Amino acid sequence: MSSGQLFPHKHILGLAQLRAPEIDFILQTAESFKEISQRSIKKVPTLRGKTVINLFFEPSTRTRLSFEIAAKRMSADTFNISSAGSSAVKGETMVDTARNLAAMNPDCIIIRHSRSGSPGLLACHIGASVINAGDGAHEHPSQALLDLMTVREHKGEIAGLKVAIIGDITHSRVAHSNIIGFSKMGAQVRVAGPATLIPPGIAAMGAVVCPSVREAVRDADVVMTLRIQQERQLDPLLPSLREYAIFYGITPEIIALARPDAIIMHPGPINRGVELDPGLADGPRSVILDQVTNGVAVRMALLYLIMGGE
Amino acid sequence: METPILIENARLLDPASGLDGTGYLLVRDGEIALLGNGAPAEAALPADLRRIDGSGCWLTPGLIDLHVHLREPGDEHKETIASGTAAAAAGGFTAVACMPNTRPVNDSPAVTALIMAAAAQACARVYPVGAISLGSKGETLAPFGELARAGVRAVSDDGCPVSNSQLMRRALEYAGDHGLLLISHPEDESLSRNGVMNEGDISTRLGLRGIPPVAEEIMIYRDLALAEYTGRPLHLAHVSTGEAVALIRRAKARGVKVTAETAPHYFTLTEEAVGDYDTRAKMNPPLRGAADRAAIKAALADGTLDAIATDHAPHSGLEKDLEFELAANGIIGLESSLPLSLALVREGLITPLRLVELLSTNPARILGVPGGRLAVGEPADLTLIDPQRKFIFRAVELKSRSRNSPFLDWELEGKAILTVLAGRITHRQ
Repeated sequence: MSSGQLFPHKHILGLAQLRAPEIDFILQTAESFKEISQRSIKKVPTLRGKTVINLFFEPSTRTRLSFEIAAKRMSADTFNISSAGSSAVKGETMVDTARNLAAMNPDCIIIRHSRSGSPGLLACHIGASVINAGDGAHEHPSQALLDLMTVREHKGEIAGLKVAIIGDITHSRVAHSNIIGFSKMGAQVRVAGPATLIPPGIAAMGAVVCPSVREAVRDADVVMTLRIQQERQLDPLLPSLREYAIFYGITPEIIALARPDAIIMHPGPINRGVELDPGLADGPRSVILDQVTNGVAVRMALLYLIMGGE
Repeated sequence: METPILIENARLLDPASGLDGTGYLLVRDGEIALLGNGAPAEAALPADLRRIDGSGCWLTPGLIDLHVHLREPGDEHKETIASGTAAAAAGGFTAVACMPNTRPVNDSPAVTALIMAAAAQACARVYPVGAISLGSKGETLAPFGELARAGVRAVSDDGCPVSNSQLMRRALEYAGDHGLLLISHPEDESLSRNGVMNEGDISTRLGLRGIPPVAEEIMIYRDLALAEYTGRPLHLAHVSTGEAVALIRRAKARGVKVTAETAPHYFTLTEEAVGDYDTRAKMNPPLRGAADRAAIKAALADGTLDAIATDHAPHSGLEKDLEFELAANGIIGLESSLPLSLALVREGLITPLRLVELLSTNPARILGVPGGRLAVGEPADLTLIDPQRKFIFRAVELKSRSRNSPFLDWELEGKAILTVLAGRITHRQ
């Protein structure tokens, strides 16, 4: 199969750079790969001989493991560098790190970094493909793609859906990629949260800013709530997590405003009882673990499309 | 003694006297010896004479930049007083005021003396700006009297706002005692902290922490209120927002003794220039929106803003080839200021005389230094400008030690083809 024409990208830096048919093509590819993870021998030879480096400057369990499992199921050789063991703690610059990695001829670098735009800087100084696994408050494209895949599985079609994203929109790369991705695929994206955590320019990204959580959730097909970080209390952006839970948390009472068949999503890790009621997280509407499962398939698709698709 | 220089057939521009006409100017013994319309009487000229044809060019008093960073002492890998003033001369400048955020900070006569010693050999007059507070930490007043005696002309904690209003009030009052101009870096740090670009659609799209325009405007309002209350003169550095110029306009109408500058990047670029995390478009205050840019231009035309200063801020790759959030603030400006400012004349926004006022006459008046005028007996600090000369702004041709400019590889129009400092040629093209 030749994917070069349908998928001309070398790097995955964000959903902002992808067109709707390309997103659709990634999702189709991921859907076709999902079955591999259900086999007893979970491995295909597609990326044999390819070298994939997980370069994680920020702590991560789920995303790093998901990428590593995806690469290994495609038979790529994978290597993990985490911030604690990296030369960054010795003062090496990103550009020097990129040049040194380039000298070892990897095929793909998967990078997570606390600074927005770091994956693009890396891509400028290395011949390998670069996949953004989350950069600052910018984008987290593989997360949005797995969210799109999960919604498509449950709802069939994304166009026309009402998607409510609730919480810290300012600092959430997940929210940013999802606003871009769901808008491009024809959904109506609504956001709500404390005014201190809704930045300017969200409407320009394609979302409708709702004045309350209730209004955002009303008649929604999808309710996605975001992790609220402890440190946001210091900025000062929030009085307390308790107050957040009372006024912005997703509770059974709030979810009753959504469509009867609405699904609940969360990118993890969950602060149970803060942004999401524990009963809802484990209840029948929750698709949170489907998101995790689909993460592997989406990442297999990304690795395949940028490295194996020739 | 230098050979006398006669510049002929040039368009002489002197806002101080209103002179705007084709004529000649004779430089002798470091001073302007003779000038006038038309051609000089040959009998009045010395026998040994260097003649320079200024046909098609503008002859102006030497350009003066109220706001540069020369990085010496402490960061000589970015710039030195020698390289920075060479860049100044190449850009048509004959004098610069250098900000005190060197290492160490210029908060003592010893640091000032070091700068003055290097400045004695420099290609431009160097007017050191001393710190307002020790270490620019915003706590204790620096010794203004001793700084003034050592050669300082103004005080500023440029780069760091004076957050303590009482300290700012006392600095305004005390600066006057020693004949020093107080230059404010207007920024409310509690609003701007950790911000790296203008707050708005683009900062959100890029996931970068924003600096809202109000962070600048609140501090401008405070400083105008303090200047009005104390009756002391205030100069505002690098004004970048529409509301800021509105505040200054109202204060001037009330009679507050305030002057203000902006930089060429604020009337040339907008926040769009950040593009895909381009660190050459990172500075503080940040590039703003299109409406702000339009307001800055209008304020240059209507007199609300008094001067164009570059905020020349050299940085090497060590400080700029980084993640956007980690990169240093600032861009170089001395070698691009004149052509970017000339664009305002080409747009019909200001006259050539107003341009000279913004780049020379007003800076001299604000800082209280010689120059800024074409008159017999004045020091022969002169700039000959070819307003139509087009050139590509190339990194390899820069005299500055640093290359951090968003204008690299732009085609610019208008260039200083001759710079004269006290009768000595410091730049010729």
